[in-house]
Amino acid sequence: MIADVLIIGGGPAGLESAACISEFGHKAVLIERESQLGGHLLKWDRLFPDSIPSSQFCERLTGNTGNSKVITNSNILSIKRDNGRFISKLTTGESVESKTLLMTTGFALFAAEKKQEYGYNLYNRVITNSDLEDIFKKGTVTGTEKPAKIGFVHCVGSRDEKACNRNCSKVCCVTAVKQAIELKEMFPESEIFCFYMDLRMFGRGYEDLYLEAQTKYGIRFIRGRVSEVSEDINGNLIIKAEDTLISKPVRITLNLLVLMTGIIPDQDNSNLIQQLGVKLADDGFVYSPDPLYGSGKTNIDGLFVAGSVTGPKTLPEVINEARSTSLEIHNYLISKD
Amino acid sequence: MADFGYGLTPGKGINLDDCNSDLFQKIVERSPDILKCIACGSCTSTCSGSIFSRVSFRRSILLLERGENREALNTLKGCMLCGKCFIICPRGINTRDIILTVNQYYKKELL
Repeated sequence: MIADVLIIGGGPAGLESAACISEFGHKAVLIERESQLGGHLLKWDRLFPDSIPSSQFCERLTGNTGNSKVITNSNILSIKRDNGRFISKLTTGESVESKTLLMTTGFALFAAEKKQEYGYNLYNRVITNSDLEDIFKKGTVTGTEKPAKIGFVHCVGSRDEKACNRNCSKVCCVTAVKQAIELKEMFPESEIFCFYMDLRMFGRGYEDLYLEAQTKYGIRFIRGRVSEVSEDINGNLIIKAEDTLISKPVRITLNLLVLMTGIIPDQDNSNLIQQLGVKLADDGFVYSPDPLYGSGKTNIDGLFVAGSVTGPKTLPEVINEARSTSLEIHNYLISKD
Repeated sequence: MADFGYGLTPGKGINLDDCNSDLFQKIVERSPDILKCIACGSCTSTCSGSIFSRVSFRRSILLLERGENREALNTLKGCMLCGKCFIICPRGINTRDIILTVNQYYKKELL
């Protein structure tokens, strides 16, 4: 199979890039390791800050990939450079020869069980942000009665040297506020507490959502990082933190605890990264040699990136980056012709 | 001047123009980790002594930085050097090392 661009990863960045590259009149092949296109969008119920259904957004993206050939259930087996072209062998047995390569492999969520002090996989009532989206999709919490007191722990595996991720994952603050509101709508009688280190409401409409969470939904925000979680004899959770604004240790018993797992580089791509010799930055995400002016470039000529493969991003940022990288690829392709 | 019935109470506020951070700077030289604190409060909440006494590592760092040396030392008095705060700190600050350094310098200065 011969193509102008081989796009690796069928999440929002890959899908939007496929549409744009097709529009520019180039031939793109998009490969996705899962059976369905959409990436992390498939796991989410509604999107911040406007609560647009994730499925609706996903359909819009998957419905428009132009003339691109889409191959699902496929991964890169091996990749090599021959005469400036990329020769990629796929796990499905096909071989793709392409002029350029676009990595839209995205991110992975931090594995919450690594922070043992929070008790994920140890205590039944400790769940992650991703598990909670599953609950929203199904519309019910299975196995437990209506939780009267619910807590959110921000920055689980983010801003944490011990978890090997020093960086802020950027989107969890507003996700926690969104999820807290949704839980309050689901259980209007419940009391909800968010334990945060800093609240980063940087985007348009985020601060409004935070204000709404405080005033309309009565969600309480406590400035302090949870240090330990333990389970009592009834299966309830005892949470310890410091209320840093009062300078006193706090303790609370909760019926449900949601861990806001952060965004980390996807280790599944390490093989690909090694074979190509892609340079990574200190944070483990793909290095940008020209971060201000050419965010789609990498250290390798002909290899481009878009989306969360270069760090945590919001959906509008991912979509815009997919478009701008597609334009960079278009300019690259016509300069080579 | 008319007496309005109010008096000035000294020592409540921090005047950054006058604050003396010399000792803090000495500690920074020996234990630069002290600059990494993001005041998340993990150390205080995990501290075995914090529910019984005023010990708060996070708070003491801030007090030292602001030149409130005496209060900082008081805040660390209950520390038993168990090291739980070192284990929990998300920035990996060597709390033990800092507390020992504080002890070394400040005991001399404050006695």
